[in-house]
Amino acid sequence: MMRAISRKTFASGSVLLVASSAAEAASTTGGIAGSYRWVTFLVFASVIALTMYVTYLSAKRVRSTEDFYAAGSSITGLQNGWAIAGDYLSAASFLGIAGLISIYGYDGFMYSVGFLVAYITVLLLIAEPCRNLGKYTLADILAYRNDPRKTRITGALSVITVSTFYLTAQMVGGGVLVKTLIGIDYEVSVVVVGILMLSYVLFGGMVATTWVQIIKAALLVIASLVIVCCVWMPYGFSLPAFMQDIVLDGRIQSRVVALLGDSGKTMSAVELGQRFLEPGLLFKAPIDQISLGLALVFGTAGLPHILMRFFTVPDAKAARKSVIWATMIIGGFYMLTLFLGFGAAKLVGPQHILAVDAGGNMAAPLLAQFIGGGPESLLGNFMLAFVSAVAFATIVAVVAGLVLASASAIAHDLYVGVIHSGDAVPAHKQVLAARVATLAVGGIAIAIGIAAKGQNVAALVGLAFAVAASANFPCLILTLYWRRCNTTGIIAGMVVGTTVAVGLTLVSPNLTYPLAVRSAASKVLAEGPAKRALIDAALASEDVSVRDKAVRDAGSLDKDLLKARADLIKVQGQQTSFMGLEKPLIALKNPGIFSIPLGFLAVLLGSLLSRDKRAEALWDEVQARRLTGLFTSQSSGH
Amino acid sequence: MSAKSIQWSAVVQDVRFIALHQRKSRFAWSLMAVSLAYYLTLLIAAAYFQDVFRLKVWGVLNVGLLFALSQFVMTWFITIYYVRTANRDFDRMALAIADDVRSGRIGAA
Repeated sequence: MMRAISRKTFASGSVLLVASSAAEAASTTGGIAGSYRWVTFLVFASVIALTMYVTYLSAKRVRSTEDFYAAGSSITGLQNGWAIAGDYLSAASFLGIAGLISIYGYDGFMYSVGFLVAYITVLLLIAEPCRNLGKYTLADILAYRNDPRKTRITGALSVITVSTFYLTAQMVGGGVLVKTLIGIDYEVSVVVVGILMLSYVLFGGMVATTWVQIIKAALLVIASLVIVCCVWMPYGFSLPAFMQDIVLDGRIQSRVVALLGDSGKTMSAVELGQRFLEPGLLFKAPIDQISLGLALVFGTAGLPHILMRFFTVPDAKAARKSVIWATMIIGGFYMLTLFLGFGAAKLVGPQHILAVDAGGNMAAPLLAQFIGGGPESLLGNFMLAFVSAVAFATIVAVVAGLVLASASAIAHDLYVGVIHSGDAVPAHKQVLAARVATLAVGGIAIAIGIAAKGQNVAALVGLAFAVAASANFPCLILTLYWRRCNTTGIIAGMVVGTTVAVGLTLVSPNLTYPLAVRSAASKVLAEGPAKRALIDAALASEDVSVRDKAVRDAGSLDKDLLKARADLIKVQGQQTSFMGLEKPLIALKNPGIFSIPLGFLAVLLGSLLSRDKRAEALWDEVQARRLTGLFTSQSSGH
Repeated sequence: MSAKSIQWSAVVQDVRFIALHQRKSRFAWSLMAVSLAYYLTLLIAAAYFQDVFRLKVWGVLNVGLLFALSQFVMTWFITIYYVRTANRDFDRMALAIADDVRSGRIGAA
């Protein structure tokens, strides 16, 4: 399915953008100059050394399964808040959102808003019950009152599905990013990311993973604060003054003309600049934006690696405190994306950002380089290296969290819970199982990363959120808050939610449709000679500014033609998408608006159409323990 | 004492438990409804009321940008409000019930 996901999703921006095959072509323009390689290696080595030292310290503390999966429930609320931020602020949100704002303005910022508002759902409905009822995994909550065997299998499969989508996007995104930034081979970067991540998780389990998240979140916040201070200081930290300059910027105005097409040609320069601060440049279909918003807000509460973080704290109070800190850090960071994105648009220019990477992912690194003094300066290269190291740490840390979540689903839910039916498996055997599962998941992640080279996997992040929102979220909410919910409902909800979300995505415009690609590319090639003639005429002009513009136009025309030819070769001999369709069946890129209600409906119907004595008998216990925190599973309790 | 040996039906019928359950549910779900409505308004208005979003309020800053920024303030406000109430009231109520269960005053088999 990887092959089928369209590279066009970048331009359409319906999903978060991490990887881009365009970045590979442009790797020479965005990276660090050869003479400053040593700066890069120094900065990367320091960051890796720090995380390795933390792993070394943590490894001594990991003895039991409780330590491996949940850091012995000994993490404080403040620490967990930072770790949640570290787990959540993936390269997609750090580089992706800054990039989207820099090339689409207002609409890019809507991602920031959705990602943050999601934490209200986590806090009010999910965090405390999970801490009070669960032990290590999402399936622990589902299996509490429902048939443990059946719900553990469905729960574990769903965790593995969501994590795999997310993981693939991170691995491929990471490989491309590291290649673009520091110029090592794609395969080498994927293997390095994989081995580093494995060494944290294998030796240090949740303890090391938590501390790597904390370090990474702190580095991310520091890097962003420094950049934003440099960007905003010249305006005396006045928001209107900063925004005024965005509106008046010539490059931003011409970017808006390019986005609007004919309708933009009648607008004045200031109107065009102002348009960059208004909605509608990225999201063309209203329903798509609402659909995406719903998936972000409910999906977060169903992401296994985020849920897992609540088992690392001792009690409900600490779980609440973690969310408070997490919303402060995550919200503060997303606020900064406004300046990172608009700052990059102003100082680097949307055209240059797009030229380096079609998804805009290089906006923040390029901005850092500019602030340091540009590509020729030592400080500029140091800043670029620092931001790159942070981005690298981000990918490794997020991948570590995802691998741990999948490994716990395999070792704790499937191996201990299902194969041994929950019978006492000796502790050392459980830890061994967890490590074997980690190794297997890590190996698979590396293999998928290499196999998916050059594919656009951006749609997978959106899909991970959609499945989490449509399957995991309805099941969790209803088993926690609805007396009548039972095993059949949970299985129905998981199956329907996942199938509808994945199914709608497979017939959506997110996939590559060779006929459409071919006709678009042919159109570009057919219009080429006429455009070339116009440019040649302009090149002969007396006016210097006309000639300069013509030189730039000639450059972008060459690029468009090259891309069109490459596209034609790529879809050669193909007529239909991966699913055998000539064109998308639905116009919707984000399935949430249908798949979330259907997921809920499936749990409701499945539960109402069957009786489950155990689920009903355990309702009182679930209620009492959810609210009082009695017998919460934690190391201090035994 | 383990979870198995407790009469949970007696615990959930305890008046203090019913009070905790009602207060906490009502509080959490109404905050949830308010915040969701506020967020959905942004999504729907960004799609269907773009003319309103264009109105400039503070220099070049328009209604849309300020409304989006206000979502941050809303999120922080709701989080702090909930956590303060939970720390002050719900924890105390939950602890009292948990203590009685552990000491066998309620729910003893």
